[in-house]
Amino acid sequence: MSELRFEQVTVRYGSGRHAHVAADAVDLVVPPGHVVGLVGESGSGKSTLARAAVGLVAPAAGQILLDGRPVPRRGRRPLQMVFQDPYASLDPRMTAGESVAEAVPGRGRVSGSGRRAEAARLTDLVGLPPGTVDKFPAELSGGQRQRVALARALAGRPDVIIADEITSALDVSTQGAVLNLVRELQRELRLSMLFISHNLAVVRYVADYVAVMYQGRIVEHGPAERVLLDPGQAYTRQLLAAVPRAGTRIDAAADGGDDEETGQPPGGSVT
Amino acid sequence: MARRRQHLGRVLRTPLGISSAILLAVVLLLAVFAPVLWTSKANAIDVVSLLQGPSARHWLGTNQLGQDIFYRVLVASRLSVGLALAATAIGVGCGLVLGTAPLVLGRAAGRLITSVINVAVAFPALLLALFFAIIFGVGAQGALLAIGFASAPAFARLVRTLSASVAGLDYIAAARIAGVSRLRLLTRHVLPNIRETLIVNATMAAGDALLSFAGLSFLGLGVQAPSYDWGQLLNDGLQGIYTRPAGALAPGVAVVVAGLAFNLFGEALAVGLGVSAQNIQVGTLGKLRSALAAAATRSRAAEPPPSPSETAGAGRVLVVSNLRVSFPGNVHPVRGVSFSLDRGEAVGVVGESGSGKSLTALAVSRLLEDAAVVTADRLEFLGRDLLRTAGPGRGGAGPGTAGVMSGRELRRFLGTSAGLIFQDPMTSFNPVKRVGAQLAEVAAEHHGLSRRQAAGRAVDRLRAVRIPRPEHRARQFPHELSGGMRQRAMIGMSVMGEPALVIADEPTTALDVTVQRQVLRLLKSIQAAGDMALLFISHDITVVGQVCDRVLVMYAGKIVENLPAGGLADARHPYTRALLASVPSMETSRELPLAVIPGRPADPASLPAGCAFAPRCAFADARCREADPALVADGAGHAVACWHVDRVLADDPPPAAALTADPESAGAAPVSGERA
Repeated sequence: MSELRFEQVTVRYGSGRHAHVAADAVDLVVPPGHVVGLVGESGSGKSTLARAAVGLVAPAAGQILLDGRPVPRRGRRPLQMVFQDPYASLDPRMTAGESVAEAVPGRGRVSGSGRRAEAARLTDLVGLPPGTVDKFPAELSGGQRQRVALARALAGRPDVIIADEITSALDVSTQGAVLNLVRELQRELRLSMLFISHNLAVVRYVADYVAVMYQGRIVEHGPAERVLLDPGQAYTRQLLAAVPRAGTRIDAAADGGDDEETGQPPGGSVT
Repeated sequence: MARRRQHLGRVLRTPLGISSAILLAVVLLLAVFAPVLWTSKANAIDVVSLLQGPSARHWLGTNQLGQDIFYRVLVASRLSVGLALAATAIGVGCGLVLGTAPLVLGRAAGRLITSVINVAVAFPALLLALFFAIIFGVGAQGALLAIGFASAPAFARLVRTLSASVAGLDYIAAARIAGVSRLRLLTRHVLPNIRETLIVNATMAAGDALLSFAGLSFLGLGVQAPSYDWGQLLNDGLQGIYTRPAGALAPGVAVVVAGLAFNLFGEALAVGLGVSAQNIQVGTLGKLRSALAAAATRSRAAEPPPSPSETAGAGRVLVVSNLRVSFPGNVHPVRGVSFSLDRGEAVGVVGESGSGKSLTALAVSRLLEDAAVVTADRLEFLGRDLLRTAGPGRGGAGPGTAGVMSGRELRRFLGTSAGLIFQDPMTSFNPVKRVGAQLAEVAAEHHGLSRRQAAGRAVDRLRAVRIPRPEHRARQFPHELSGGMRQRAMIGMSVMGEPALVIADEPTTALDVTVQRQVLRLLKSIQAAGDMALLFISHDITVVGQVCDRVLVMYAGKIVENLPAGGLADARHPYTRALLASVPSMETSRELPLAVIPGRPADPASLPAGCAFAPRCAFADARCREADPALVADGAGHAVACWHVDRVLADDPPPAAALTADPESAGAAPVSGERA
């Protein structure tokens, strides 16, 4: 069990006049063995945080710590990520087994057969039938691909997993199965997890803590129950109000407009 | 590997492919065996017959030493082809090293190498070759290095471009996170995914190298006597071209044939591999995009408002009866769909991917590619027949077919009267035109607004879809907008006019909840204001229930349930109930596993007999597997296609138990599994 900590992390894209601050001095802690749900609208900086944590983008300021130390970039990778689109995150030229085996750490020390055995064990762990290791991504359904992506992430024997919108490209029926699996694995392997989603119902189902992000900043965070049942910020309330609920209707606003929701963040600045 | 063999098979099946492959095989076989078989004959000096024309003994005559030109041309094939291949290997090798170096070395060194490549590409290859020929000295070796290095920059550029596009993909990022080294990233992920294009280009480059060698040798810069290649033979033969043309023509013909063999085979490979990259979906999207562009640009003349025909009920906007869509290969994604839409009515179509819901929408808007066969008993929009168009070649519309339009009229009619919103906003905008201008174009064309008014309305619509700073955004290009922004702009564009019908295919799937709600409200406001009908396609049954008046649930190309949106809680079809149960809500228990639908969605290419949902259904019995239930309506506007409505309503067996299956079942069960 490990703790993932973002300390004053700022990520900037571009430079000069075109610079865009995607994450602005973000402080966020993923406690050991817990799931933190990160919610917010598209462009709020959720995925940027994830990419910074795994080293795909370099923060302009601040640090990202794993158990108090910088995230290692060599050898075993204790921090793994699962991507949104299972159609893009698997190499079309590699079998599922090869993709998973490749992520098994200790190249040179673990034999090829050892890797294959590990890949088979992991694909079994994520609930895929044994023959899946020899299949190419094109032969698998979206849900199956996402399971392979999960197995690949687990191959690194991670302490922390970042799940970036992992169900938003899936059908609802498949989404349920993948969420069940994620929850099961997280509990069994006692993983810490940063679970990013714009779907509050999904986050509520998976997360112990919830952090709400808006325009590069965390505007509210706390235990899931508290944030979702008794939100302290107007923006969180607005997010909650927007969750589609069965049996309710969305109707045209009386004045023909939809401006009664200003979209203004609490204390945020709309540039 | 099997896929590659398949590709090769496709290449060989075309006339160009098979003939160029045979030609290339002959050239290569000659290069391998000709020197072994005929070297002595080619080198034999016949002092009694110097510089002779063609004869029975020397088919193509002899040179100044009395050597047989025919055999010399054959034997020269090894050196000519061999040098060409070696030069190509040098070019491809250097190109690969240079082109992939930026990926392996990291950012700073990569940028430097990319600049070097860019500069090198700017030099003409022939100039480089001559330059290198002088550096490396005159001779075969010098020419080889010269031509090899001269072709390197082009390959380096190609490899750089291809690998850069692959390197941006998620699976590369995933491998990097997994700790895969840069070198391994290159060999395992990047190169396999760019090799086809490389092979095609290398094949064609070999043909070019062959010609370059012939040129250099002909100029005396290449192969030197006593060695000989085709260029050198050509040079020899040219001296006597007026008296003995065969001596010059034969090596010339050899160069042309071998060059053609390489280039044509490369061409055939390119065509074969290019076709393989396409599939039905890509074709559909491409068609859709172009059709959309066509709808936007071609419908310049404003149509007079269509008069509803007498047969249509008052206020009926759309009538679809027994709509079917098929693709070649016995694939039937839509199998007899019937529904209608009244003015101001919102109808939702729900289903999993592959249920045929999007194809239904595309068929209604007549945007399906030509490969799709669309049939229907009736397909009428505002009383006009969308299915039967009076083509220009036909004898005109007879009496009783007043609603029949020509294909062009049809497009105009749809362009002005129907608005379309698609899932992927990236493909729906012209990337080189400003967003505001694209919206304004619609208003200017269909509603005769002045440029100024149209631009004003565009900004107004952008504001209406809650795009911040719309005046600023209107002046931006589509790529400068985020995905959510683009989709909002797209929705704004579809309601620029005042369409009678808006077809929205997963319009909010890419949006987050707040924007989704705003956009849905916007749609509803405009729908209410314009008394517009809405056909709303989504996989999210909750959203459909919130937005629509009526819900059509589709499974395997059929409507399995048609019910009022308010009655979703009383859904009767097991599939509808399972869909509803599988969506987590803010009230779902966190302690229990989520309900899932076991098995996989039906495959439109191999549908089971009977009810297509039976393999996944807890209620299914022998009858379900034999006969497909028809859609039966009760008096209250609720229609279901299921043999077991009574048992479903009585919860026998309780679906909750059956649907809360183990997680394996979601993807693992075979389509025709015996899970029920």
